[in-house]
Amino acid sequence: MIRQLTSGERRSAATILVALVIVGLAMAAAGRADTLGVHGAIVFLYSLVLLFLVLSVIFDPEPEPSRLSQYYDDPSKVGIVLTMIWAIFGMGVGVWVAAQLAWPELAFDAAWSSFGRLRPAHTTGVIFGFGGNALIATSFHVLQRTSRARLADQLSPWFVVFGYNLFCILAVSGYFMGITQSKEYAEAEWYADIWLVVVWVTYFVLFIRTLARRKEPHIYVANWYYMAFILVVAVLHIVNNIAVPVSLTGAKSYSIYSGVQDAMVQWWYGHNAVAFFLTAGFLGMLYYYLPKRAERPIFSYRLSIISFWGITFFYMWAGSHHLHYTALPHWVQTLGMTFSVMLLVPSWASAGNALATLNGAWHKVRDDATLRFIMVASVFYGLTTFEGSFLAIRPVNGLSHYTDWTVGHVHAGALGWVAFITFGSLYSVIPWLWKKKAMYSARLVEVHFWLALMGTIIYVFAMWNSGILQGLMWRTYNDSGTLAFSFLETVIAMHPYYIARAFGGLLFLAGAIVGTYNLYMTIRYTPEDATEKAAGDLPVPGRGEAVAAGE
Amino acid sequence: MPEVHRKLERNAIGFVLAIIVVSSIGGLVEIAPLYTIDETVESDPNMRVYTPLELAGRNIYIREGCYACHSQMIRTLRDEVERYGPYSLAVESKYDHPMLWGSKRTGPDLARVGGKYSDFWHVAHLINPRDVVAGSVMPAYPWLARNPLKISDLGDHLAALRKVGVPYTDEMIANAPADAFGQASPDASQASGVTERYGNDTTVSAFDGVPNRVTEMDAVVAYLQVLGKLTKAAKTEGAAGQGG
Repeated sequence: MIRQLTSGERRSAATILVALVIVGLAMAAAGRADTLGVHGAIVFLYSLVLLFLVLSVIFDPEPEPSRLSQYYDDPSKVGIVLTMIWAIFGMGVGVWVAAQLAWPELAFDAAWSSFGRLRPAHTTGVIFGFGGNALIATSFHVLQRTSRARLADQLSPWFVVFGYNLFCILAVSGYFMGITQSKEYAEAEWYADIWLVVVWVTYFVLFIRTLARRKEPHIYVANWYYMAFILVVAVLHIVNNIAVPVSLTGAKSYSIYSGVQDAMVQWWYGHNAVAFFLTAGFLGMLYYYLPKRAERPIFSYRLSIISFWGITFFYMWAGSHHLHYTALPHWVQTLGMTFSVMLLVPSWASAGNALATLNGAWHKVRDDATLRFIMVASVFYGLTTFEGSFLAIRPVNGLSHYTDWTVGHVHAGALGWVAFITFGSLYSVIPWLWKKKAMYSARLVEVHFWLALMGTIIYVFAMWNSGILQGLMWRTYNDSGTLAFSFLETVIAMHPYYIARAFGGLLFLAGAIVGTYNLYMTIRYTPEDATEKAAGDLPVPGRGEAVAAGE
Repeated sequence: MPEVHRKLERNAIGFVLAIIVVSSIGGLVEIAPLYTIDETVESDPNMRVYTPLELAGRNIYIREGCYACHSQMIRTLRDEVERYGPYSLAVESKYDHPMLWGSKRTGPDLARVGGKYSDFWHVAHLINPRDVVAGSVMPAYPWLARNPLKISDLGDHLAALRKVGVPYTDEMIANAPADAFGQASPDASQASGVTERYGNDTTVSAFDGVPNRVTEMDAVVAYLQVLGKLTKAAKTEGAAGQGG
C-alpha cells in the first residue's frame, strides 16, 4: 500500500513521522514524572513503527501513473479494518462494564479495571474508535464516488486515518491510567485534544480540496452531512476543550469553564456530538449506501433539504434538555425542551425519506440482510429521535434523568441506529472496495443481523424496565408521607435488568465478531470480481485515461 | 426553495459558510447570556475555595471516574430535596473546573454528602463498599489507602486554577503542599495554617485514620466531607427544603 505513494510523498511521510518520533521522545522525557511520559512513549512507538514501514519502501520505484485514473481506496480499506477492531474492543469493554454492574467483583485489584475508568474506554472506543473510523473510511469512499473524482492527494488521507487513531489510542490508554478531563465524551486531555484539531483540519482541507475537483456540478446530499459532521465537530471540540494545563510536563489541565456555564457548554457539546458525530455523519452513510444497495433513488429531494437544515439548526439548541430542574436558568431549559420537540420534524423527515426510498425494494429487504441492516437502522433512527424528543419534555425528564432510561435511549441510538447503519454500509462497501463479487458468506451476515437485533432489543427493554422502575421507586411515598425506598433498595432492584443488559450486549458483541470474521474471510479467500461492473468503478474522465497528478 | 438550494449546493465554500452560520445560532443564544446575566449565579462573598487537599481529592474523584455514577446536582423536585437536602444552586459549583453535576445515578447524589457519614465510614466504604453497604455495586478502591498523595505540585494546580478565575491568593499557592499535609495531620505544626488561610470551618483531621502520612484516601475523604459545605447559600435561599 505504501508503494502507491510517490517517492516525494514517502519522503514527506517520513519527515512527518520523524517529527512525531521526536515529539514522542520529548513528551516522554519531559513527562517522565507523570503519566504524560507514558503517552510520550506511545506516540514514540506508534510513529516509529509507521516510520519503519515507510522507510522499508522509500527507495522503491515510483507507482504506476495509471493509478491516478482510479479512485484512491487504500485509506478506506485500512479504516474499515480498524473500524472492526475498535468495534470488538469498544463493545467488549462495554460488556465487561455492564457485567461489573451486575457482579461488582469482576475487576482486578487494580485501578485501571474499575468501572469509572473502563466506562470512558467503552464510550470512546465505540463512539470515536468504531464510529469515527467508520465515518472517515466511508466518507472517503462516498466523497470520491459522488464527486466522480479521486481524493485530492495520497498523503493527507493517511495522515487523517493514522492521526485519528493515534488520538483514539491516547484517549483510551489515558483513561486506564486515570488521565481524564471528566467531560463526558470529551475526556481526553489537552495535548490529545490539540492533536485532534491538527488531524481534523487536515481532514476538512482534504474534503474541500476533493470536492473542488468534483466532476458533478452538484454536491450530493451525503456530502452535506459529512461536511456538517466535520465542521461542527471541529467547533464543538475546540470550544468545549479549552483548558489551562497545570504544566507542560503533566497531563492534567483545568477547564476554563466552571459550574453552570461549564454544564451548558458540556451538554451543548455532548448533545451535538450525538447530533453531528452520531447522526449527521451516519446520515451521510445512509444517503449513499441505502439508495445504492436498494438500487432505488432517494424518495424526496425536498425532504432531504428540510431534514438537513432542520437538523443543522435545531440540534444546536437542544443540549440544555440534559439539565432540566438543575441550577441552569429556567429559560435555557425551556429553549432546550422546545427545540428538542421541534427536532422531531427533520428527524422523522429523514427516517421517512429513508423508508419511502425502500418502496419497490421491499423484496430485497426480505432477502438481503445487508439492506435489512440499513432498513432497521432507519426504523431505530425514527424510534430513537421520537424517544429523544419525548425525554426532553421537562416532566418526563424529571422521571427519566439520572436513570437507566437514558442509557437505554442512548443505546437504542448507538446500537440500533449507528451500529446498524455502519454494518449495513460496511457489508455494502467491502465487496466494492476489495473488488469481490460479494461478502464471503451471506449466511454469516444473516447471523450477524439477528444477533445484533436480538442484542439491541434485549438491551433496550432491560434498560426501559430498570430506568422507569428506578425513577418511580425514587419518588414513591408511603402512607405516612415519607420516601418509601432507600437508595440501596432501588439499586438491588436493578440486578436482574443488569444481567439482561449484559447478555444483550454480549449478543451484540458476538455479532460484531462474526462480522469481523466475515470481513477477514472476504479479504483473504473470496475470489475477485472480474466483471465489467467492478471495472467500471472509476472517476471521470473514465477508464484507461490517465489523470494528471494534482488535477 | 429547491431552486435556491440547487444553487447553494454547487458552491462548496458557500455551503460551508451556510452550515457555520446556521449551526452557530443556538449555542450563541444559550451560552453567551450565561456570562452576562447577573442572576445566573447567586452571589456569596463568604464562599470558600477548595483546600489543596480537597482539590487533590477532587482530582482523584475525577481520575477514578466517580462522576460516571454519582451526580452532584440535586434537582428542584420534592423527592430529591427530601432524599438529599436543599436543591443545588449555581453558586455551589462556581469554582468547579470542570463541574461534576453528572448525568447518571447508579449511586446516590453526593452534592450534600459532606458531614453525613464519619471519616471512618468513608474509609471502610471506599476500601470495600460491600463491607458497610450489603448489595452495593460500587467498585472497591483499596489502593487509595496505600497510595501516598503527590503533594509537591499542588501549588501549580492552585496557580492554574487562579488563571481560570478561582481566587487563590499567593500565600495559598506558596503553602499548598504544607497545607495539604497539615489538613491531614492535626497534630503537626502545618495544621494551623490551613484554618488560617481557608477559615475556621475547615476540617483538619487524620481522614484515613493515620496521621502524618498523607494518602490518596485522605484527599478523597476530605473532598467528600466538604461537598455541600463550601457555601451556606442553599440553606439560606428560603424555598429550598420546603419541597414543591
